[in-house]
Amino acid sequence: MMGTRQQPIFAPGPAAPGYDFDALIREDKVHRLLYTDPNIFALELTRIFGGTWVYLAHESQVPEPNDFFRTRLGLRPIIVVRDRNGVVRALYNRCTHRGATICRQARGSAKAFQCPYHGWTYHNTGELAGVPWPEGYPSDHHANGEFNLVQVPRVESYRGFIFGTLNPDAPALVDHLGPARRPVDEWLDRNPGGKVVMREANRMKFRGNWKLAYDNSGDGYHVVFSHRSLLMMENRFSDDDGKGMAYYKQQPDAGPIKIHYLGNGHHFKDKRFTLDQRPGALWEIEGVHPGMEGYEAALRAEHGDDADRLLDLAASVPMNINIFPNLLILGNHIQVLEPLSVDETATTWYGTAVVDETGELNGAADAINALRMRTQEQFPLFGEVDDLTNFEEIQAGLAAEEDEWVYMDRGFGLPERFSEADGVISGPATDEVFMREYMKAYKALMTAAPELAPTREVRR
Amino acid sequence: MTRAANVNPSVSSYYVTDDFYQALVEAFTGWDRDDRAIADPAVRDSCRAFLEREARYLDQGRHEDWLALYVPECAYWVPGTADRGDPRREITFSFHDRRQMEDRVYRLATGYAWSQQPVSRTVRMVSNVEAFATDDPDVVMVRSNFQVTEFRDGDIRLWTGWSGHRLRRRDGGDWLIAAKQVNLIDCDQNIRNPSITL
Repeated sequence: MMGTRQQPIFAPGPAAPGYDFDALIREDKVHRLLYTDPNIFALELTRIFGGTWVYLAHESQVPEPNDFFRTRLGLRPIIVVRDRNGVVRALYNRCTHRGATICRQARGSAKAFQCPYHGWTYHNTGELAGVPWPEGYPSDHHANGEFNLVQVPRVESYRGFIFGTLNPDAPALVDHLGPARRPVDEWLDRNPGGKVVMREANRMKFRGNWKLAYDNSGDGYHVVFSHRSLLMMENRFSDDDGKGMAYYKQQPDAGPIKIHYLGNGHHFKDKRFTLDQRPGALWEIEGVHPGMEGYEAALRAEHGDDADRLLDLAASVPMNINIFPNLLILGNHIQVLEPLSVDETATTWYGTAVVDETGELNGAADAINALRMRTQEQFPLFGEVDDLTNFEEIQAGLAAEEDEWVYMDRGFGLPERFSEADGVISGPATDEVFMREYMKAYKALMTAAPELAPTREVRR
Repeated sequence: MTRAANVNPSVSSYYVTDDFYQALVEAFTGWDRDDRAIADPAVRDSCRAFLEREARYLDQGRHEDWLALYVPECAYWVPGTADRGDPRREITFSFHDRRQMEDRVYRLATGYAWSQQPVSRTVRMVSNVEAFATDDPDVVMVRSNFQVTEFRDGDIRLWTGWSGHRLRRRDGGDWLIAAKQVNLIDCDQNIRNPSITL
């Protein structure tokens, strides 16, 4: 299709002058500049959101050929599209001609995209389809592909999660995910057919750096404090400590909740071992929510003993799987972080629904999903808002220039708290080991200088 | 485990069933028709006064009084999509039954809801109030536009949209809210600190 144009279309700039990441990222603390410095943020947009695999979309958002979903890779406007041949691509949403975005709908279906400004048109493979009045140019713009849309050179999926990277030297996605694949598999395999579909989202943003949300995603230390109002609310009917997140109370590090560092920046807070291993155990600890009793009564009347299994599918599974840098799978949510600037971040909590393509739910899928929508809304509404406020207040606190350090030293120097096996480091619920470890991966990415290789070539 | 049958909507969501959702979705579909507009200024004025009272209670933080404006088996629905959708099949911005409305009020009153410490100051404008008849003579649907100005922590921002209230006449001629649908014009966008009650 093309290929005559060999020189890179993007030349990475010099390493950010003046930044010594060994000095900024210590074993037990990191410098405030990581959260406040616009130049470090700018470097992250290439080294992190470019240099490593970044989650882009879920396959249920582009289920059919020609379906598209608009998103970003860092700040780059991106169209994730399943092209006319079924190939999933991540096209730059940027007209080759003068730079206007060519796709202005959040999602939809299109065989081609026409720039509204001067009418340049592209197939949904990224290939230039036509320019108006071509006789005004001395050569054929189609000739060697140099006027195609830019696209992300490597787009790969793992079980429905679509990732992209601009780094030709990044490992294969499955290797990059490594030990993180296992909890993702387990999270999916509890659902019929081992899959979920997205069904809209709770959408929020906060005035703070994106890493504040990533730091929090595996944090078992903040729960009883940041979410105190939610815990009080969930327990307002009884002294029963079994509901919701109440099992963080008392001595959380003595309990069965573990934080695991999985390599390459990924981590996993596993709360499943608080559960009995029997149908209905998950549903029993679910917090109260609209429809709970009404739908449960109907499901029990229709499905008898099988209702416990079905109701568990409506309940949140107590796992937080955090795929660096922007995909946070928790409960039944697929939460996506989008950096907007050094001190503004969007966080979108996509809800998931079950699909029953093989009939194993005996017609209960709609009832399960009616419950499952509500079980997913409670935490964003009554829990996340308080975290986001605390993130904003961290950002405000970090304006104090002379107080330079952000500590992540809980557990540091206490090796007896940890175990390590098969490249996974495990510690007690409130430990900050996951932060210390992911910051090492972050430092490695920020000090590497991969030659990013976005391309106009239409491969496959 | 079977939860005990309970007919107190403050502690059980027994009434939120598939039939309840179905009736709710139907009640909020195609109701603001010109041929159903209520011309009687007395009815419109009583609806408008009632909506203004609800807005005032929320602005004044009188959440218990706000809850008392709703029928026991009520719904508070803020869709998360511009076409409003079906809450059984999609995530909403908020969908509360009676119990979760009381959860909301309880949480805000704990003093530990950091998103509301300090508490937002709000002023609500309610306008363009129109009332529409339903097949039930004791039920009207009311459409109104709103703008909530929120001040918190040095910032002022706006929440804008329109509401649909399903009002049931109670003895003595006043109203109760059977269901409220709040349609934010930016309901499908990422919104900062969505913690006030709309």
